[in-house]
Amino acid sequence: MSNVLAIAHRELRSYFVSPIAYVVVGLFALLYGYFYFASLAFMVQFSSQAGMFGGGPQTVNINEFMIRPLLSNTAIILLFILPFLTARSYAEEKRSGTIELLLTSPLSDMEIILGKFLGALALFLLMLSVTAVHMGILFWYGEPELGSILTGYLGLALMGASFIALGLLVSSATRNQVVAGVGTFSVLLLFWVLSWMSDSAGPTAGPILSYLSILEHFDDFSKGVIDTAHVTYYLSFIAFGLFLTAKSVDSERWRG
Amino acid sequence: MIEVQHVTKRYGPVAAVDDVSFRVEAGQILGFLGPNGAGKTTTMRVLTGYLPPTEGTATVAGFDVLEEPIEAKRRTGYLPESPPLYPDMTVREYLTFVARINGLAASVRRTRIDQAMERTSIGDVADRHCGKLSKGYRQRVGLAQAILHNPDVLILDEPTAGLDPKQIIETRELIKELAGDHTIILSTHILPEVAQTCERVVIINKGRVVAEDSPDNLTGRLHGAVTIQMQVDTAGADPTAALLAIPGVASVSVGEPGGDGRTIEVQSEQDGDIRRELANAVVANGWGLLELRRARRSLEEIFLQLTTAEEPAGEEEDAGDEDLDDPAAARENADE
Repeated sequence: MSNVLAIAHRELRSYFVSPIAYVVVGLFALLYGYFYFASLAFMVQFSSQAGMFGGGPQTVNINEFMIRPLLSNTAIILLFILPFLTARSYAEEKRSGTIELLLTSPLSDMEIILGKFLGALALFLLMLSVTAVHMGILFWYGEPELGSILTGYLGLALMGASFIALGLLVSSATRNQVVAGVGTFSVLLLFWVLSWMSDSAGPTAGPILSYLSILEHFDDFSKGVIDTAHVTYYLSFIAFGLFLTAKSVDSERWRG
Repeated sequence: MIEVQHVTKRYGPVAAVDDVSFRVEAGQILGFLGPNGAGKTTTMRVLTGYLPPTEGTATVAGFDVLEEPIEAKRRTGYLPESPPLYPDMTVREYLTFVARINGLAASVRRTRIDQAMERTSIGDVADRHCGKLSKGYRQRVGLAQAILHNPDVLILDEPTAGLDPKQIIETRELIKELAGDHTIILSTHILPEVAQTCERVVIINKGRVVAEDSPDNLTGRLHGAVTIQMQVDTAGADPTAALLAIPGVASVSVGEPGGDGRTIEVQSEQDGDIRRELANAVVANGWGLLELRRARRSLEEIFLQLTTAEEPAGEEEDAGDEDLDDPAAARENADE
């Protein structure tokens, strides 16, 4: 375990000594802020329109009209940003030759992978925690329901962790960061839009495609529901991603 | 301490290392000598558990590198050809990280790091970033990294490459000093290095071991024919016939006459010393003997003889071999 933490610590550190952490967290905060403001403006407009028709101001459900769309948009931001967070993890080590240090140190492959996974996960959670400020403002002026916000964030965390697991897998297969980033993004996007095919795919393939789609599973979380089926989906996605990364690292060794 | 038995490493149909066997006793320094692309790096990577062998077994400190990799790696310090440094870490941070992944307890970490930095004399760059170091310092930080956890076995891939002459001498001294407590394999293509630091030499060429012995024995073993170089002022006459007439002379090659006489190289048939006879012949012919010496065969010649003897000149395979020794390069090509 201390080996895993040593790797995770180094990984997290390297995000912060390079511009990566600042650029990624900064741009995420910017995009999130924009979506936050847009959803807020939409909600205010909707609320005043509803007031005009119904006579007198009405309270609209802030969870339903603002937070849910906001969290869905956040999921899309993550789809764009996270692939570039994990792109360097293996590719850079292979390019610079430091992978030789890790693979000749008394570490198991899984320890290295878990360390890298936790390092990226820590930065991602830090990035997500920036948005606590925005949510705090909503609590200051309104009365949103805390429960469904928390489940929404749990969903985001699980989904982001899945993105990271897949990012590690793709990064372990190349020594080029651009290839790793674009590759991860493409695979994630494909997983994202898989459900579009489910209506036309027939009675057997349809539900399977819809089940595999990474977005379908997020919906319930943002509604405030924790369904074990969705938790299981994300956890198996992560576990399978890390397992395949281990296989990829090992096969590299045999291919030389 | 280190035992390599019939190790073969194939990339596809081509063997980068072909049936290599050798052993190193505890406390010994073994020199691994060969031209570029001979399979030195591949063999070392097998020993460090970085690459699994296609066939054969390698044991380090009693642990098979395939069966018990963690235990074997715990006892091995490895300096790859290019030191595996993280450019964004300072030297001290880097060594702390290496200490952690090698399982050094927090209580001894600081002392060990200070010791390793002192031995490799990198204390003055402790707070500089690894990416900003000169080649010589990078190499020594790599060496500090390898000896940090006090391993039984040290595997050093060209430890003096890129160092200036003073640093080379210092590094050689350090390696000799380390040999007491550690068993060391070092690879190089610089021959004097082997003669100066190693107790045993394994010469490898095209993936095969072509010779294994102590540097002195290797020099002696291949003495056979002796070459004698002479500088003679023959006053225009051709000395070939006169010299060939001397018993024991196998061949004579005569250079063009110059300001300092002719340069003549005489090969003797056996290990016999024919210097007296040659000198007498020169005097008898009334020529001026300016210089006469026995050309001692250096390790360099032996090396060249061993690594070129099997295959006639004009091989095109060399280019392919080069790639084999560096699978990373091959992968890079595949990636593009």
